[in-house]
Amino acid sequence: MLDLDLGPLWLTLQLAGATVIVLLLVGTPIAWWLAFTSSRLRTIVEAIVALPIVLPPTVLGFYLLIAFGPHGLIGGPWKDLTGSALSFTFTGLVLASTFYSLPFVVQPLHGAFEAVGKKPLEAAWTLGASKLDTFFTVASPMAIRGYLTAIVLGFAHTLGEFGVVLMVGGNIPGQTKVLSIAIYDHVETLEYAQAHMLSAGLLLFSFIVLLAVYSANRRLPIHVT
Amino acid sequence: MNQLTANFEVTFPTFHLQVNFAVPAEGIIAVFGPSGCGKSTLLRCLAGLERSSLGSMVLNSHIWQDESQGIFVPLSQRSIGYVFQEPRLFPHLKVLANLQYGWERTPKSARRITLDQVVHVLDIERLLDRLPQSLSGGEQQRIAIGRALLTSPQLLLMDEPLSSLDFQRKREILPFIRRLDSEFHIPIIYVSHDLHEIIELAKTVVLLKGGTVVGSGPIEKVFSQLDLRHLIPENHLGALVDTTVAEQDQEFGLTKLAFSGGHLHVPHQPRQIGERLRVQILAKDVSIISSPPAFQTSVLNLLEATVVEIGEVNTEHPFVDIKLDIGCPLLATITRKSLAALKLHPGQHVHAQIKAVALR
Repeated sequence: MLDLDLGPLWLTLQLAGATVIVLLLVGTPIAWWLAFTSSRLRTIVEAIVALPIVLPPTVLGFYLLIAFGPHGLIGGPWKDLTGSALSFTFTGLVLASTFYSLPFVVQPLHGAFEAVGKKPLEAAWTLGASKLDTFFTVASPMAIRGYLTAIVLGFAHTLGEFGVVLMVGGNIPGQTKVLSIAIYDHVETLEYAQAHMLSAGLLLFSFIVLLAVYSANRRLPIHVT
Repeated sequence: MNQLTANFEVTFPTFHLQVNFAVPAEGIIAVFGPSGCGKSTLLRCLAGLERSSLGSMVLNSHIWQDESQGIFVPLSQRSIGYVFQEPRLFPHLKVLANLQYGWERTPKSARRITLDQVVHVLDIERLLDRLPQSLSGGEQQRIAIGRALLTSPQLLLMDEPLSSLDFQRKREILPFIRRLDSEFHIPIIYVSHDLHEIIELAKTVVLLKGGTVVGSGPIEKVFSQLDLRHLIPENHLGALVDTTVAEQDQEFGLTKLAFSGGHLHVPHQPRQIGERLRVQILAKDVSIISSPPAFQTSVLNLLEATVVEIGEVNTEHPFVDIKLDIGCPLLATITRKSLAALKLHPGQHVHAQIKAVALR
């Protein structure tokens, strides 16, 4: 029997889950603003959000590593606030993944909100709904497919993360040793059997998740395009 | 007396709206004008969807906006119903939930209109369990009207609610809109560029052109103002006369209508005696004779009239409009040559021959 450590798998799922939650909280207001603002800053923000798509993960990881350092732009204030460091921690990984996967959540939501458009929102306001009420009872249900796509892409993209994790997380078991790193380790040490098990597991899991989501998507009642 | 006073000044990159009017807040108040004259913008200002930096809007004693005092009641807190050009139903909610959306958000004490009433008046009982996408355009627009009504608004704004519908569907919805006024007693501001709709529905009219109000008041008065005739398409110029059905003449197949200046005979109308009927007498269907004809005429409707006003004489145009008084205003379009031959002048007593009466 192979000695297979499932710790990295569990850690990876935790990381992807936590990242998606943070991304939805951060990405929704950004996507909303992008969809409805007439500000000139819009294009600049759009470009910044899309950066992780084109940047090599190591470049992003490198800058995040510097920013997360105890004297860095983010790590400094974080240490003053919480008393602990950011780099080489799980929290640091969640934060890094948030930057890394941001476009994969913001872009589908942005598109979905744009497809909803201003008209149903105005209708809701004239019916006595406040802006927040309108967001939850009209805009969000109408953008449900956008949310689904955002969650899947955000989750999947974080699962497959390697370069950024390597740069800011290192390889600490139970803390930052995620699946992709574990597979890399196994290959480095020529433990192909273990590498196969983990890779196949990840492949199967990703496929099942996507399959479930797309078939659920097909059955959703809302078609807003 | 209930009154709606509005005063807005807004500038958009390509458009300037400056309006100021006061109309009785009752019945259907039509806002009429060519496309691009600012009708929809005016409605958005009234609703509070657009905020003009200068302006005020007062309905009865409710101040919804007064920029000089810094008052601007947000849209969601105004008791206003809005029916847009497109139905704008919520696609994720069934018809019933769409109807209840505004009702649920209306304070209990302000709910005067019930679901049963709306379902009955708009005849939508069998649609309640359907999703909006499965309804026809006319059905969707009826649901949109019902949804707005269920907020029990103090003012209902309708922005060309029939413009996206074909003729048949329009015919289908017009009676419902007419009933809103009598059933629910909510003043309605009705924006349209369709003269037929307005003549059929409106009691008061506000005429807009190039972002300003060029005339407002009771529809019969505004529509017989000669200086506004350029706003009304050539074939539609004519006085509106409110009549009541006085007599049915079975022998000759005619209906006799009574109005403030006498009687009109029209081809038989299947109406009850006493029923009110608004007719339009097109200016091109009226001719003027200076003294009663010595011969018998085949024209049934021959009325005594006084010349009130002679329209602008344009030497490039063979016709001129004359405003007459037959107990109510009447317009006639005659040639300049006839004007000279009859030597018409204000105050002169003449007779008007009405060749046709347009009935709706």
